Amino acid sequence: MVNTLRALLQNRKAAFGMAIILVFTLIAVLAPFLAPYDPTAMQFAPSQPPSAEHWLGTTASGQDIFSQVVWGTRASLVVGLVTGAITTVLSLLVGLTAGYFGGIIDDILSTVTNIFLVIPGLPLIIIIAAYITVKGTAPVIFVIAITGWAWGARVFRSQMMTLRNRDFVQAAVVVGEHPLRVIFAEIMPNMLSLIAANFFGAALYAVLSEAGLEFLGLGNVNAVTWGTVLYWAQNNQALMFGQWPWFATPGLFIALLGTAFAMMNFAIDEVTNPRLRKR
Amino acid sequence: MKYVLRRVLFLLVTAWAALTINFILPRLMPGNPAEVMIAKFQGRLTPQAIHALEIAFGINVHQSLWAQYVDYFRRILTGDFGVSVSYFPATVSQVLGQAIPWTVGLVGVTTVIAFAVGTLLGIGSAWKRNTLAGDAVVPVALFLNSIPYFWLGLLVLYLFGFVLGWFPISNAYDTSTQLSGLALAASILYHAVLPAVTIIISAAGGWLLTMRNNMVSVLSEDYIAFAHAKGLPPRQVEYRYAARNAILPSFTGFAMAIGFVIGGALLTEIIFSYPGVGYLLYQAVQSLDYPLMQAIFLFITVAVLVANFVMDLLYVFLDPRVRTGGE
Repeated sequence: MVNTLRALLQNRKAAFGMAIILVFTLIAVLAPFLAPYDPTAMQFAPSQPPSAEHWLGTTASGQDIFSQVVWGTRASLVVGLVTGAITTVLSLLVGLTAGYFGGIIDDILSTVTNIFLVIPGLPLIIIIAAYITVKGTAPVIFVIAITGWAWGARVFRSQMMTLRNRDFVQAAVVVGEHPLRVIFAEIMPNMLSLIAANFFGAALYAVLSEAGLEFLGLGNVNAVTWGTVLYWAQNNQALMFGQWPWFATPGLFIALLGTAFAMMNFAIDEVTNPRLRKR
Repeated sequence: MKYVLRRVLFLLVTAWAALTINFILPRLMPGNPAEVMIAKFQGRLTPQAIHALEIAFGINVHQSLWAQYVDYFRRILTGDFGVSVSYFPATVSQVLGQAIPWTVGLVGVTTVIAFAVGTLLGIGSAWKRNTLAGDAVVPVALFLNSIPYFWLGLLVLYLFGFVLGWFPISNAYDTSTQLSGLALAASILYHAVLPAVTIIISAAGGWLLTMRNNMVSVLSEDYIAFAHAKGLPPRQVEYRYAARNAILPSFTGFAMAIGFVIGGALLTEIIFSYPGVGYLLYQAVQSLDYPLMQAIFLFITVAVLVANFVMDLLYVFLDPRVRTGGE
């Protein structure tokens, strides 16, 4: 584990990913100091091009776009990280249980996993979100997590099956440890890097799904997130009026945060898989 | 044969699960969401249409859940998805039928192109690993893979549609004049360029990364070193020895990736006002047209399931172990 961390620190992709995540975390924490105005206050001339007062211009209802993008970092980052974590926990629960117990339990869980794997996520997310009448951040997180856990579950299951018959596991079983303890306290710590890689993959999926959902107006359109900034830009035809900073900036931020998660995912894979390691 | 049978069974079980999810979802939600929709369209729909909607969503019906479920299956299997409330009096099947060819054409073709381009680039990038060009591809692909499709679509549309004016900004063909034959085909292709480029650029990155990782793994196998030692031409080692084995996980990973790609492609249609299923879904969401939404969800799911099934069958030709049943 220490070796993995050391190798990760020397990996350029990991360093890049970490740096971006750090910068966005700082922006999210310092949003009240970085944003020049209240992101929801409609107090300026509408549809202004970028200027010294409004770096990215103003929205059609006279809000400062730069302040919106800064504040939006908070919501988007939190949704990405929290959803990534919840999705990973769901994947672990299903994947590890299936892989450890095998037999009928595995058959049932694997079938459910495979079904969720092939049912396309975004259309499912869209119809669930369309039915939910309470709009907010929590439903968005819930919907994305419930549709996104299957891939991780499959990965964890196969990893569990390779560890299942190791001596230390047999020893723990013989000593009479509770199965849950064997799974989560004995075996799980041996796949920390896999869990971390999966977490970043899930966070990437969450950030992109959230953006898509909010862009369609299925999130809370009154909240300030990168996705809703894009939604309002599209709804007010920012494109037609040549207000490109309005839609270019939040999208670029989504892509950058997504890339950071993808880089971390890829770097962990590169560091822990000896075959992918650079020679 | 046993393998094909298992895949058919899986296809059926998954289709059943998707249909059941579709049935249960509106009934699970606190306060049936369809009531809002029906109230909204009251006065614009005939009483018969409203009654049909109530049956479809389980409002005011004095039937057991099981009877509703059986009834639901009977209707779906006969292709009866009810009436579309936003396109009333058109039925959902009519509305959806007009959108499907556009999506199958655009999304189907671009998905295949993206898979081919991404996989070929992945092979090349792994073969030339540890060179500048081979390794520089990776961060670029990671970035492209993390771009929201619809955002790339917006940028492409703004630049090439509005600023430069090279390509049309909406629709699937020129609707201002009557076109037929070759002129119509040319117009359709011309209108498809921007959405197609958007989808290919965003989707190819993921396939590239998958293929590259598989390929790098395979290239460290002993039999590759042996092939080199035998003095085989590098091309032959690259494609016939390495890529042929490395592509297998790309096929099995197809299941997850295809859903993601199609989801993104649907959002791309919205940006370009392309009259396909994605754009229709957007309109259905905007106008709370639940019957239409349900039918679109089912159509996309079935399309993805069939695509997966085809990939599974192709796998039989690629991997002889599956054919003989051995490991």
